[in-house]
Amino acid sequence: MINYFLVFVLFGVGLYGVLVKKNIVKKILGLAIFTYAVNLFFVLIGYKAGGAAPIFAVGSEANFVDPLPQAIVLTAIVIDLAILALAVAIALRIYEKHGTFDITEIRNLKG
Amino acid sequence: MRHGIITLFLALPLAAAFLLAAVGGAKRRFAEIVGVSSPLALLALAVYVFFVRGSEPLVYSFSGWPAPLGVVWVLDGLSMLMLLAANFVAAAVAVYSVGYMKSYTAPAKYYALFNLMVGAMNALALSGDIFNIYVFLEIASVAAYALAAFGLGRDELEASFKYVILGSTASAFILMGVAIIYSATGSLNLADIAAVLAARTADSSGGAIRLAALLMTSGFALKAGLVPFHAWLPDVHSSAPSPVSAMLSGMLIKVAGLYAMARIFFFIAPVARIMPNILVFLGVLSMIVGVLLALGQWDFKRLLAYHSVSQVGYIALGLGLGTPLGIAAGLYHLINHAVFKSLMFLNAGAVEYSAGTRDLKSAGGLAARMPVTGATSLTASLAIAGVPPLNGFWSKFMIIIAAFQAGRYFAGAAAAIVSVLTLASFLKVQKYVFWGKTKENLSSVKEVPLSMTLPMAALAVACVLLGIFYPVVRDTLIQPAAMVLVRALEYSAGAIK
Repeated sequence: MINYFLVFVLFGVGLYGVLVKKNIVKKILGLAIFTYAVNLFFVLIGYKAGGAAPIFAVGSEANFVDPLPQAIVLTAIVIDLAILALAVAIALRIYEKHGTFDITEIRNLKG
Repeated sequence: MRHGIITLFLALPLAAAFLLAAVGGAKRRFAEIVGVSSPLALLALAVYVFFVRGSEPLVYSFSGWPAPLGVVWVLDGLSMLMLLAANFVAAAVAVYSVGYMKSYTAPAKYYALFNLMVGAMNALALSGDIFNIYVFLEIASVAAYALAAFGLGRDELEASFKYVILGSTASAFILMGVAIIYSATGSLNLADIAAVLAARTADSSGGAIRLAALLMTSGFALKAGLVPFHAWLPDVHSSAPSPVSAMLSGMLIKVAGLYAMARIFFFIAPVARIMPNILVFLGVLSMIVGVLLALGQWDFKRLLAYHSVSQVGYIALGLGLGTPLGIAAGLYHLINHAVFKSLMFLNAGAVEYSAGTRDLKSAGGLAARMPVTGATSLTASLAIAGVPPLNGFWSKFMIIIAAFQAGRYFAGAAAAIVSVLTLASFLKVQKYVFWGKTKENLSSVKEVPLSMTLPMAALAVACVLLGIFYPVVRDTLIQPAAMVLVRALEYSAGAIK
């Protein structure tokens, strides 16, 4: 249970970074942290105490961890990578245009 | 018809996107031919599939593994409706882009991203399991983030950054919901989840499902732009290039937000009973707040974006009512709004292209100089305001009736009043932009080229036809789609087999 609690703490840390930090690089770091938290949560769901890696072999015991969350998290990590790369590319362009990473100084749009 | 044909809805645009990305520096003409012919072919394919599919939902299993072990795509009435709407809007917008995107560089990259987004939306509409819905939601979103920043101007970058951060936060919530549902039911296949949940007594996993439903609702509500998750929408939809705005406002917020929410939500609805109330509440709030914010806008595209928030509220209200009439009305309004809102963004783009302004006050009397844009814009304005016999009238009328039937009098009254305010807001647009005397500095304005007028005309004709042939549209398209959601549970049993 402590594991799940820590995952939610990690999620909270990331969310805090995204919502509160003014620097867009720190916002991106926050984004990375909470996507990690979600991925970790997903892997934990498939974990089984004492379970082996899910590879079938002759004579191996059938006490495996659930392989599906692992496959899913691999996909999710690739997606997160794409988003992270895009966010960093946009952040660089913003820096070129505005000369700053501070979100309060580049606020033209009213939202 | 072989079932595998529905994979073309993803394979075709992906191939086009890959080809365009591989020859990034190609000539503009080549990029346009590949980039536009793919959405046109998809539209033809959607129409073909609509006529040849049987009455039963069509299930395609990848690599031959049946559900719930394998990945399946399901083509039912609801998917068909989304495919037709998405590919129609995409085809119109792609043709329009040929003219509009002339002033932008890197056409191959634009069409590659565009096709990626269209393909992901199609695949999302066909996916039969929640993880694939998440994956295609993300692919569509990544393409949308990049397209929103395509002009690389100051506002575009700022809006796109906001969109990336908020959109990814929403996605993380959705993935968290997927994880919780998986842990509670041991399955990702929608039909299987429904069967597992139906077989249980209501309380054994109710808490986990309710938490998942809550996480997913906030995620999808952000993707759909419902108040109070709407902060990014006016910025992104007004800063992006007009064809992209049309695509985002017309289709993406509905496929990625409302459709995905409805698809997942109606399968887990019996367990999470509180969800309809949340959807109705968010819907009414969006309707009212959206239209009030729109009234004060003088930027053409910002005004349209706030109306998107308001109109999405109508759809959420209809779906949240949960009655057969309410669901049908919500879905009908979904496709209607897709048609007229994308048309309006194309109109706004045409005005910007020719007159060089988005400010309502500095335009004026453009109907005389730009007859097609003026006429189509008037059609769209009347349609969104709900003037009979145009399409918007029928869907709003149905939503109001359904709200009263369901005993939600406040929601019904709010829908009626918001409709009047919408009319007022669009009369303002017509008055300031299109009617009256042409301003001196605008006297040399010319109508936009044929590649831009043709899609606008097609969308305007669709507004009229969807309204006039309302009974036909209702019986052939809307009812089958609504029945999918109404009978989500019975249907699910049939889809697994």
